[in-house]
Amino acid sequence: MRLSQLEVGETGIVKEFTDLEMSVKLMEMGCLPGEQITVSRIAPLGDPIAIHVSGYQLSLRRKEASTIILQ
Amino acid sequence: MDADLKVALVGNPNTGKSTLFNVLTGLNQKIGNFPGVTVDKKTGFCDLPDGRRAEIIDLPGTYSLYPKSRDESIVFSVLADKANPLRPNLVVIILDASNLKRNLLLYTQVADLKLPVIVALNMMDLAKKSGITIDVNAFAQKLGVPVVPISARKIEGIDQLKKAISYANKVALQEDTIDVESLAPQLIAQISKEIEVENPYYALQLAHQHETLKFLSPTQSDRIEELELEFSFHSQKAQATETIARYNFINDLLYDTVKKNETAQEENISNKIDKILTHRVFGFVIFFAILLFIFQSIFAWSAYPMELIGDFFVWTRSSLHHVLPAGPLTSLVVDGVMGGLSGVMVFIPQIAILFGFISILEDTGYMSRVTFMMDRLMRKVGLNGKSVVPLIGGFACAVPSIMSTRTIENWKDRMITIMVTPLVTCSARLPIYTLLIALVVPNRNVWWIFNLQGLVLTCMYLFSLVSAITVAFVMKFLLKARERGYFIMELPVYRMPRWKNVGQDMYNRAKAFVFQAGKVIVAISVILWVLASYGPGDRFKQIEQKYKQPQYTKQLNPDDLHRAIASEKLENSYAGVLGHVIEPVIKPLGFDWKIGIALITSFAAREVFVGTMATIYSVEGDAEKMESVQQKMKTAKDPDGQPVFTVAVAFSLMMFYAFAMQCASTMAVVYRETKNWRWPASQFIYMTGLAYIISFITYHLLR
Repeated sequence: MRLSQLEVGETGIVKEFTDLEMSVKLMEMGCLPGEQITVSRIAPLGDPIAIHVSGYQLSLRRKEASTIILQ
Repeated sequence: MDADLKVALVGNPNTGKSTLFNVLTGLNQKIGNFPGVTVDKKTGFCDLPDGRRAEIIDLPGTYSLYPKSRDESIVFSVLADKANPLRPNLVVIILDASNLKRNLLLYTQVADLKLPVIVALNMMDLAKKSGITIDVNAFAQKLGVPVVPISARKIEGIDQLKKAISYANKVALQEDTIDVESLAPQLIAQISKEIEVENPYYALQLAHQHETLKFLSPTQSDRIEELELEFSFHSQKAQATETIARYNFINDLLYDTVKKNETAQEENISNKIDKILTHRVFGFVIFFAILLFIFQSIFAWSAYPMELIGDFFVWTRSSLHHVLPAGPLTSLVVDGVMGGLSGVMVFIPQIAILFGFISILEDTGYMSRVTFMMDRLMRKVGLNGKSVVPLIGGFACAVPSIMSTRTIENWKDRMITIMVTPLVTCSARLPIYTLLIALVVPNRNVWWIFNLQGLVLTCMYLFSLVSAITVAFVMKFLLKARERGYFIMELPVYRMPRWKNVGQDMYNRAKAFVFQAGKVIVAISVILWVLASYGPGDRFKQIEQKYKQPQYTKQLNPDDLHRAIASEKLENSYAGVLGHVIEPVIKPLGFDWKIGIALITSFAAREVFVGTMATIYSVEGDAEKMESVQQKMKTAKDPDGQPVFTVAVAFSLMMFYAFAMQCASTMAVVYRETKNWRWPASQFIYMTGLAYIISFITYHLLR
């Protein structure tokens, strides 16, 4: 299951990443393995999405979200 | 003003770093430039309780010392390079208490560089509201550094922070956060030995960043590269391992010192606002309403102050002409330089108003929502969600709009936005369009309600937006990206704007424009003024002699005589000569030498076209009063007796002004924002080239 497949309100736990370079940035922003992520909203045009992680709201494109694999 | 110590402010974006900077330095600040990047270098002075004076430097907000953009790379260069004149004696790290976890990552990185560090724990009030309790003493003890709880917005804890700055140690006392050496033991040891650095984390950072750091010599950089190969060091993997280790340290730290009550109130309010502001219908409706309001305000609110500034300069110039002795020097100062200065000053109201709005949008957190909503649409054409604001602002004036592109973090998106914004129909094109449309488009209604002239004008506006987007789409493929295009962006909690900050922003932007772009604008205006006011040889003398003859002085009234002289002088000036010289080039577009002169004189500002036309046809008139010019242009005939301004010529001319970069102020501001003459130069070339081709096609289609 990838983060991009979650619907609004659904929650998952980060397992691993498919893109090393992207993962460095994502981890710096608090998306670490073991961290809980909730999709809080989706942009009106369907992309990007906003997630709740590490106590704050982060937005990222679907393509970027698809590099995060959930447990 | 010499400072006793240098203090750098470091922190994540949206932590209230700039607010703290403003509180510490007051109006005692200066905006300059970091070399090579486009973020402003803000420095200021702060008097400490012990009587010493500290120079405070506000470093760009960043989430990590590993830069994701060139602007972020400044932080490490300033902190690490011993030869950097800005290198601080003390670092104040601002942490958002309501979002400690992610904020602490940067702290652990900076702390491991072993510079003396103080922590300012900002937004304590917000943290309390969202049910977060921080044991500040335990927190400080674990880190080994002074921790000062503050609220920069409410100006709480600032005195304590100043005290902490003045009592701060000269040596770093913080505890180690992670075992840096274990990340790459041999490599760190070898770099430390060869480049002579004492700090292991500094050595590791050099390994990661040596390719972009300017203070390393090429031999040093090459040597590091060799060592990396020798010890098979993988930068990305090492960064990932390091980040995970740092978050482990942070989780342990927070587990012992922070308690969270799960009734997050503030979050909920923000969430509710987001439900409306990013709603699939209301979201766009509200956004376009805000855009329309900003656009209207730049137009409406700036009109009166702009008029005042214009009137002030007219008054000063005429008074100076009375006081100073007539002569070429007076003429140069009063007409050339003062004229140019007035051209700079009239932009101030528009810049201040647009930046007032942008400051509010950024401060409240709404700007990130704009990016969030518009990203998908704008990305397709190579632009950024935030490009919408400059593009719409461009309908009023490209100058403040281009300055506002600083909010776009991605370098490529920002450059494309800068390159296409001047294509949008700005207010200076309006007088030209109205003049030419009234000349050739009949004033009648179509389909009962639409006025044909209004319809053509509307089409020109829409057409400009379409052409800007088309050019952006093409540039998306031409321009090479400097950094990988991330979107990963924080959506900060909504907050009330800080009005004092908004005011300071408006003031600082206007000041930066006057002092940095102003010089170029004045210089170009003076050159154009000289071109239009002086002619080769003794042509001007002959003209004056000619009109002194009785057949002119007797038959013409003084005003007409004056206009006749002005007209003939302009024709014989350097600009006039140039107009004749370029006639063969512009002939295929349907333009004669008279239009050629107007193209040259209106290079500084498009609206000058109308005034030049008036002078050439020796009638009274300018951008506000154009009836007589219109009359004269309507009846103008070429040497063969055919009318000059046919439908084809008028539309060709409109297309020329729609595309050509006829604005010195825009070029000056593009230079200021890109720090490289190649950008305004290539912009000038592509826009003029496009103008020529499209005018050519228009002329030949309509002829």
